[in-house]
Amino acid sequence: MLEHTELFFKSIFIDNMVFATFLGMCSYLAVSKKVTTAVGLGAAVIFVLSVTVPLNWLLDQYLLKDGALAWLGPEYADYNLSFLSFILFIATIATMVQLVEIVVEKFSPALYNSLGIFLPLIAVNCAILGGSLFMQAREISSLGLAFNYGLSSGIGWFLAILAIAAIREKIRYSNVPPPLRGLGITFIITGLMAIGFMSFGGMLTGGDEVPVAEENTTAQQEKEEENKKLDEETAQNTVSYNAIEKE
Amino acid sequence: MAILSKKDSKLILDPLADNNPITIQVLGICSALAITAELKASIVMALSVVFVMGLGNVVISLLRNVIPSKIRIIVQLVVVAALVIVVDQVLKAYAYTLSKTLAVFVGLIITNCIIMGRFEAFALGNGVKRSFLDGIGNAAGYGLILIIVGFFRELLGSGTLLGYAVLGNPIEKTGLYAIGYENNGFMLLSPMALIVVGLLIWVQRSRNPALIEEN
Repeated sequence: MLEHTELFFKSIFIDNMVFATFLGMCSYLAVSKKVTTAVGLGAAVIFVLSVTVPLNWLLDQYLLKDGALAWLGPEYADYNLSFLSFILFIATIATMVQLVEIVVEKFSPALYNSLGIFLPLIAVNCAILGGSLFMQAREISSLGLAFNYGLSSGIGWFLAILAIAAIREKIRYSNVPPPLRGLGITFIITGLMAIGFMSFGGMLTGGDEVPVAEENTTAQQEKEEENKKLDEETAQNTVSYNAIEKE
Repeated sequence: MAILSKKDSKLILDPLADNNPITIQVLGICSALAITAELKASIVMALSVVFVMGLGNVVISLLRNVIPSKIRIIVQLVVVAALVIVVDQVLKAYAYTLSKTLAVFVGLIITNCIIMGRFEAFALGNGVKRSFLDGIGNAAGYGLILIIVGFFRELLGSGTLLGYAVLGNPIEKTGLYAIGYENNGFMLLSPMALIVVGLLIWVQRSRNPALIEEN
């Protein structure tokens, strides 16, 4: 249970798809001019994510992973089809999006018309494929957790687009420098919001640790390796020094 | 003399500035921002997208008369996915550490909206040669922004370019660091990518007021 709660809040706030990993930015920027359309698209994203992530989890677990085909018989146990994951994941997503499109067109033509081209574009919304790829990369361990991950990432995305749409509705009345109007100011506001969301990083650690940025430079890693080497060398030196002393 | 006619070279040059996929068309931002903390990663990403878009546009343009319009999105996705798998496997084979840095973002080239956008808007209705040029041009426009952002973020964030220390050594206090310069670690954090792109848009639209949008 704790695992679920932790994953839930982590995916909404700390690893928020928009603010931490920049997924789904295209539709986030393009559809966020009005709150109502933003809500519609956000809801569609939540739905598609919470369906496709568990489906792709099953695909990953029983078809793609290293040794996932073992259930077919021992002679298949060595197969590793993970290079096919992109194509299978995107096929699942495209199918689901087509389904959502049909359902929305039937039950809410108004929403269907206001979303326009952006409904089929959910298929190419990076947040959706990104959800599945991160699910694979983070080795989420059960179907329930996969569903939880899809749902909560979707909610995170929904919150982000809702917030920016509300801000953009207000900002229409402010005096923004002309070259920054529209896209530019949206970018900068998103950046500022992302900085704000970084403070959620302290939620799980209790504020004791400084969250390490995911994309820290390799330079740092190299430094660490160098330090390790130095440590080892000094350790060896002291050992040999001790040995000499004993002699 | 010119290898390309005026109309054709426009296909390549337009997306570099006045019709840039990232700053004007608002496409392909998703995968563009997350990997720009290092110049090297940005360059590799740009090259991968040039490859995928150039070839993808050619393939779609060749197939354009046989693809039924109802399932064209799925067909397009399959073509891109196949090309991206090639890129991903090549990176894993020859540049393993780099492919670790890029992580899932190579896979996300599939959902890069520039690619889908150009397939829809151009390759489905134009010949092979023009589609190829259009693909290369748009991917180059995308790559250009990536490289500019990567350049500033790496230079200001860690004082290096492509891994070489260009501003001196921060530990031994040589070069600029001798006069009290400090690395701005903030530039390495993800939000700064957004702000840098925002500033780029600001610069671009101040230079060319025709691009200014309404609120």
